[in-house]
Amino acid sequence: MSLKKISKEQPEQFKFNEKNCEIAKKILSNYPEGKQQSAVMPLLYLVQEQNENWIPLAAMKYIAKFLNMPYIKVYEVATFYSMYNLSPVGKNFIQVCTTTPCMIRGAHKIVEACKEKISKNENELSEDKKCSWVEVECLGACVNAPMMQINKDYYEDLDKEKTLKILDQILKGESPKPGSYRGRLNSEPENNRKTLLDIKNA
Amino acid sequence: MLKLKVNNQDVEVEEGLTVLQACEKAGVEIPRFCYHEKLSIAGNCRMCLVEIEKSPKPVASCAMPATEGMNIKTNTKFVEKARKGVMEFLLANHPLDCPVCDQGGECDLQDQSMFYGVDKSRYKENKRFVPEKYMGPLIKTQMTRCIHCTRCIRFATEIAGVSELGAIGRGENMQITTYLEKSMESELSANVVDLCPVGALTSKPYVFEARPWELKKTESIDVMDAVGSNIRIDTYGWEVKRILPRINEDINEEWISDKTRYARDGLLNQRLDTPFVKYNNKFDKASWREAINIIKERIKETDKDKICGFTGDLVNMETLYIFKEFFNKCLNSNNIDFRNSHSYLNSEIRENYLFNSGINGIEESDFIFLVGSNPRFEATMLNARIRKAYLKNKLKIVSLNNVGDLTYPYECLNGKTEDIKNILEGKNSISKDIINSKKPIIILGQSILSCNSGKYIFETIKSFLKKNGKINSEWNAFNIISENASTVGSIDLGIFQTVDGSNNTLSKLENNKFEIVFLLGQDSLNFKKKNEFIIYQGSHGDKGAEIADIILPGAAYTEQNGFFTNLEGKLQKAFKASYPPGEAKEDWKIINDLAESIIGKKLFKDKEELDSSLLNYLNLENEKKSSRKDSVVDNLVFNNEQIKLNNIDYYYSNVIARSSKTMFNCRNEKFKLKSTGTEG
Repeated sequence: MSLKKISKEQPEQFKFNEKNCEIAKKILSNYPEGKQQSAVMPLLYLVQEQNENWIPLAAMKYIAKFLNMPYIKVYEVATFYSMYNLSPVGKNFIQVCTTTPCMIRGAHKIVEACKEKISKNENELSEDKKCSWVEVECLGACVNAPMMQINKDYYEDLDKEKTLKILDQILKGESPKPGSYRGRLNSEPENNRKTLLDIKNA
Repeated sequence: MLKLKVNNQDVEVEEGLTVLQACEKAGVEIPRFCYHEKLSIAGNCRMCLVEIEKSPKPVASCAMPATEGMNIKTNTKFVEKARKGVMEFLLANHPLDCPVCDQGGECDLQDQSMFYGVDKSRYKENKRFVPEKYMGPLIKTQMTRCIHCTRCIRFATEIAGVSELGAIGRGENMQITTYLEKSMESELSANVVDLCPVGALTSKPYVFEARPWELKKTESIDVMDAVGSNIRIDTYGWEVKRILPRINEDINEEWISDKTRYARDGLLNQRLDTPFVKYNNKFDKASWREAINIIKERIKETDKDKICGFTGDLVNMETLYIFKEFFNKCLNSNNIDFRNSHSYLNSEIRENYLFNSGINGIEESDFIFLVGSNPRFEATMLNARIRKAYLKNKLKIVSLNNVGDLTYPYECLNGKTEDIKNILEGKNSISKDIINSKKPIIILGQSILSCNSGKYIFETIKSFLKKNGKINSEWNAFNIISENASTVGSIDLGIFQTVDGSNNTLSKLENNKFEIVFLLGQDSLNFKKKNEFIIYQGSHGDKGAEIADIILPGAAYTEQNGFFTNLEGKLQKAFKASYPPGEAKEDWKIINDLAESIIGKKLFKDKEELDSSLLNYLNLENEKKSSRKDSVVDNLVFNNEQIKLNNIDYYYSNVIARSSKTMFNCRNEKFKLKSTGTEG
């Protein structure tokens, strides 16, 4: 992981929309009086949700003023964590898990599909600037490996063909169904159960 | 008290100390990079590892509290191996550029690697590179050398009170930077250069100037403000190369302001190095004899009452004293004053013009009221102390005017004299705050003393505090921030002539009642020159020299021994680190020579005689003042007015600073920040 590049193209201003303002106030109320600055992380995440998955400098300033803390402190937090994006990643941000279990189950095929459909390199915007992909560490869905995450949804039990199909839909602006792509419900055993046979509800 | 063992020696230490401090008490030095007495504990450099019995791993001593019965070992093989390992990691990414690094010779990393460094590197990987960061005109960065001790970040947030430095990224990619590489907006910023244990932050104006072992070091006193910070002047030949702080817990702790540190290049520019005489509006070089003869003739022709003298902001007490003697003995007059404005002065007792609570006393205080003062620019080190007190006690601070960012929060009043009247008459809640607090501090700035109701405010606040028992033998809540390094000394020596605290000499000058005006380092006098013959004696060609008819080149504070009394009334001596340029002479000698030519004999035989005479005079005066009782001043006239704070051009406040290129850059940087509106 290299130091996260801060985008050269920055919007002039940032402001929470009305809905997010409400959410921000709710987040603030979770923290005891005087400790409101702890809300910096959820608020940065909220910015990311509102602003097509990335945090512009204007938003950092906005949050610093919102929480009454120095700009540099917000900047420090935003640059520290890998899940905050500091340059545009597109409306559809695809994260492909390539940690060991997924890797064994063929994660590189998904990466190939991304390279074909979206962009040659990771962290690079697609031609229509609406999409980008990145390799990430374990997303915690090893039972359904290999998998990828698009914005907030998990797409599991993939292979190259299925990935290509999903990506096509994404690029067309549709939203494909999340979850397992081999017909499983969550992470239930495939075919017949082989363990815990005597427990009915397992 | 805790009993513990350090290297098998029994030691007793107070509770609440860390292992590192306990070891220090036992006389055992522990290497460290991130730990600093005045900053919070970070514990991230790991250099201070020690072995503690029953602990399986080495312990970072700076972050470990000392406890009863601890058996600490600092000289075992185990400890040495641990420290060597840490050093190897620290050096893994540290460049081998000591020969071109300005820190060389006074670098903690260099020194400690002599003890704990390994002679060969086991790393084959490339060292990391970090781009340089812009931190303003004073701090040069070379961030590849940084070992991430975070001392600079902690200094900026805690002591300077400007959270502008931070660490971005993480792991190997961690970088220390200011927010978007803006310059640090603090008057204490350059202290991070001293704090940096490696050569990552070095001094920009001092870059590649000298090596520490080539410099002659002289311990001295700063004159940029009235605080009297203790400094060390490093000289190479004639040139003052740099100025560093000296530890004095009672005054500046171990910091100094940027002006103190970097105005030094003003000592090289605009210097007066030979006497000048004005003929037909043009200055011609002259010899000392010529210049003194002209002055002698002029004085002979003139009525003695028509000669006046004004002393300036950087003049030491010896010179002030001999100047006074010169007027008293050679001219039989006392038409001298040190004030450049009509500020109110009550010198009945010494407490009337000192910072009585003491700089150390600020930390004990529980309430501070700033009356017409901006301590951040008037006395930077004092402001740092107020911030320290604020962090320690979270005390309430109120200011009469809105004076902008003081690095700590404060409550603002309207800035009207009526506010003070209301407080003193008990119509405002602040009067209760003052009465209820145990150790209140009321700070009066120069702006309040020079406004129309200065006298009223001064006297009524004093009597209010007296009435409520806030001025007693243990605590004196009444404080004045003096303007200049020479102010308190001038009052002690009686360099003024006053009825009711007004500045008569200046009034007369403004009405052009004088024929000869002697300006002793006085550059900030505002008056319309008519036919006066002006003698200027000083070190720099500035406003005073411009209007002069004759210029006598004197010495700056680094070029002569001299006493200064700081705003608390502490007498301190500044020592000679360099010598005056060209024909210039030490200030007291010039006046002594002048006196010789007029009355035929020198006022003082040598410097020793002058010094002892000065100290005798001071003792007598101070005794007189302390035996006197402060009289009650009546006939107070109240004016309801808006108090305007004197506009302080911090980086341009005296002749040395005005001649300094570094100060010029700082000033520009500040204006730039203001004009882009990024101030916050």
